[in-house]
Amino acid sequence: MNQIKTKADLMAAYEAAKGKLALRLAAGSIDSKKKDIVCCGGTGCHASNSQELMANLREEIKKAGLENDVRVIQSGCFGFCAQGPIVKIMPDNVFYVQVTPEDAKEIVEKHVVGHEVVERLLYVEPTLKEKIHDYAKMPFYAKQERIALRNCGLIEAENLEEYIANEGYQGLAKALTEMKPMDVVQEVLDSGICGRGGAGFPTGLKWKIAAGVKADEKYIVCNADEGDPGAFMDRSIMEGDPSSVVEAMAIGAYAIGAQKGLVYIRAEYPLAVSRLQMAIDQARACGLLGKNILGTDFCFDIEIKLGAGAFVCGEETALIHSMEGQRGEPTTKPPFPANIGGGYWGCSTNVNNVETYASIPVIMRKGAAWYSKIGNWVTERDENGHWVKTVSGNAGTKVFALAGQVNNVGLVEVPMGTTLREIIYEIGGGISGGREFKAVQTGGPSGGCITKENLDTPIDYGSLMKIGSMMGSGGMIVLSDKDCMPAMAKFYLGFTKDESCGKCTPCRIGTRRMLEMLEKICDGKGTEEMLVELEDLANTIRDTALCGLGQTAPNPILSTLRYFKDEYIAHVRDKKCPAGTCTKLFKLTITDKCKGCTKCARNCPVGAITGKIKERHVIDQQKCIKCGACIDNCPFKAIVKE
Amino acid sequence: MSDTNTTAPEGNGTACCGCKKFSSAAEAKFAELDAFIETLGLDPADERRRGRLIQILHRAQHIFGYLPREVQQHVAEKMAIPESAVSGVVSFYNYFTTKPKGKHVINVCLGTACYVKGSEGVLRELERVLGIEADTNPTPDGLFSLGSLRCVGACGLAPVMLVDDKVYGKITPAAAVKVVNEIKAKEAQA
Ligand SMILES: Cc1cc2nc3c(=O)[nH]c(=O)nc-3n(C[C@H](O)[C@H](O)[C@H](O)COP(=O)(O)O)c2cc1C
Ligand code: SF4
Ligand code: SF4
Ligand code: SF4
Ligand code: FES
Ligand code: FES
Repeated sequence: MNQIKTKADLMAAYEAAKGKLALRLAAGSIDSKKKDIVCCGGTGCHASNSQELMANLREEIKKAGLENDVRVIQSGCFGFCAQGPIVKIMPDNVFYVQVTPEDAKEIVEKHVVGHEVVERLLYVEPTLKEKIHDYAKMPFYAKQERIALRNCGLIEAENLEEYIANEGYQGLAKALTEMKPMDVVQEVLDSGICGRGGAGFPTGLKWKIAAGVKADEKYIVCNADEGDPGAFMDRSIMEGDPSSVVEAMAIGAYAIGAQKGLVYIRAEYPLAVSRLQMAIDQARACGLLGKNILGTDFCFDIEIKLGAGAFVCGEETALIHSMEGQRGEPTTKPPFPANIGGGYWGCSTNVNNVETYASIPVIMRKGAAWYSKIGNWVTERDENGHWVKTVSGNAGTKVFALAGQVNNVGLVEVPMGTTLREIIYEIGGGISGGREFKAVQTGGPSGGCITKENLDTPIDYGSLMKIGSMMGSGGMIVLSDKDCMPAMAKFYLGFTKDESCGKCTPCRIGTRRMLEMLEKICDGKGTEEMLVELEDLANTIRDTALCGLGQTAPNPILSTLRYFKDEYIAHVRDKKCPAGTCTKLFKLTITDKCKGCTKCARNCPVGAITGKIKERHVIDQQKCIKCGACIDNCPFKAIVKE
Repeated sequence: MSDTNTTAPEGNGTACCGCKKFSSAAEAKFAELDAFIETLGLDPADERRRGRLIQILHRAQHIFGYLPREVQQHVAEKMAIPESAVSGVVSFYNYFTTKPKGKHVINVCLGTACYVKGSEGVLRELERVLGIEADTNPTPDGLFSLGSLRCVGACGLAPVMLVDDKVYGKITPAAAVKVVNEIKAKEAQA
């Protein structure tokens, strides 16, 4: 790639590269001779063999002598990993799912050469049971508005030229050449974007505070620790569009006056680490990082810092200690990271989340007015149109990781104000396995559950708080009638207990006590008094713990107690688990519906089932580990839980 | 969490840096680590050299497989920081381990997405089949370690199992056992 020393160089690079995306941005027909075969190269699809698939596709294309017309592009995550590997053929707009390396031959012969769709690889819409021929008509994507994820699944993830081809670095160019740092801060403030890492603090306000600190040495940090287990928004962005994080950090550094950026990223994300490093190296090589960027006085560079597996390090003060090579223990705020004495090596430091950054370049390019109209943000503004006060709602979009008992598991980006019902039933395709919706957990281990009654709540920071949950970083776990709520609370407490750093007593001892009580409840050893005690303790810890981890650890308990008291009562009074998951509270027996087919006995991992062929079988309760394999395997539904 | 392990990696052998006795294999490992630390250009007068500790420990664990006391001491010496600063960090982070691992490391994800899809059942079944408890010692033959972790970002494929960094998605207890048996068979042949 050529050196990019000025804005004119950047625009020249853009003009030269733009054509690369032409096939992918156009809507064409299957008859097109030229094609881009976009294959997902995210962690999920790598795990389902997409690399071998890509190699096979390239090989087949070569064999067919089509290297000049057909390209294989390794993109980032499409957010549809459950159906991976994903292959999208452009400009045809055909979307194939669960493609195996062996399918490469047929795709090339039939689709690329023969101009005919490979029907068996099309995605089947789960509610209508229909094959989707046109990507644009997939309900999963049709309702989404992809801003933070704009490049994921579109551009070649490891190629800076493709990022530039989609107007990359033009936001930075605009900031550096047309705006003063304070204008950048004002633009971000007026856009209404709030921190996507969980707390939802207005990003512009945070930058304003940091910009206001007078200091020679300042840092800008990207929080890529993504601690909420079950959420993978940040991973997808870093794997699919790493340059957007780099560009945004440079914009932020210019705004607040920082010279150096640091990305704190969890070691569990090796692919994201390597893609990000590539994006940094490529930017540095062509002059987009380093000294005198785009011919201005602005100098900036970025370094990656690896985490080492501690959830609490996502908390910003803990994160800073961890980057300094210390134990990642939080400290009380103030001082805040932006304050002198509160940040990295005591210097003023601004911390934002990956998804927050990913939206910034577009905000700079298209302007605050454009962004602030997306979502349900209602504001009071001054005569110049600048933000004064928020009345309700939030601006922009939020990415959620939809998981659990829902048909379309994946990443979805929707405007603020979208309802949970729209996400779960329209985008998510409803509850899987014909089950009944019970609740949805947002905010991960810090959040709470939301019930059927509140499914029409618009999603924004304030509305979710009001109903006892929170936005969090975007984990959204859908639960059905087969999920036990006290057991879910127990699961989350097991997590927070393990991850408590132990620095303050309410959290260290309290999470342990709460977990013990929940274990007793799930084992049928709980009492009604225990529920009262549990609630009291939960309230105390919420009010006395030092950092956000401890303060929010009781949330899953408090919210399940609020909405699912009856399930707790069933466990402690009747010693029953209504969902049938607490193994101490049921046993499995074989009824007289048994035809003696022996299938259960063959599938029991511990040999607990005996019986002669064609005769009723029996389960040895002493041996049974209640794994449920027999129920799932019995063709005659002869096995019951009681 | 960390009860420091006092056995020297690779047993005893010839002297290396003059302080302790190691086999030549271990010597090569220390040399590799030293070469890495060298590239960082640490300045003993700069208090910020500590900021490299986690990075160095990552590399050390990559080289040695785990972080026994000797390695921690060595890192402390090389960085000119107290040994307690190193052991405090090693014990704090889940990623660092002071015990050797089995030849094949199996990890089952217990993140939320995997948990609600039944990953705990997979872990219990592996514990039963391997005869070891998760997050403790390897199997007596040293072939397998079993652990749990919280999310590798492949949540769409839940439940997820990792074997030596290869991700297995939509895993069932039976499928997990099959993977173990395949490895056992391969090892028996080798
Ligand atoms: C226990 C705990 C864990 C957190 N984990 C994360 C995380 O994994 N990623 C993240 O971006 N923010 C996390 N946060 C929030 C950060 O402290 C901080 O608010 C955020 O990174 C700021 O960025 P934002 O304003 O762009 O959201 C966590 C907070 C707490 C209390
Ligand atoms: S609340 Fe928990 S995680 Fe936070 S400082 Fe206290 S012990 Fe550590
Ligand atoms: S639940 Fe599992 S262990 Fe018990 S009888 Fe059925 S298959 Fe066997
Ligand atoms: S699988 Fe069902 S029908 Fe067959 S032996 Fe078992 S209980 Fe009986
Ligand atoms: S990793 Fe391929 S769709 Fe997510
Ligand atoms: S929860 Fe298991 S991979 Fe994310």
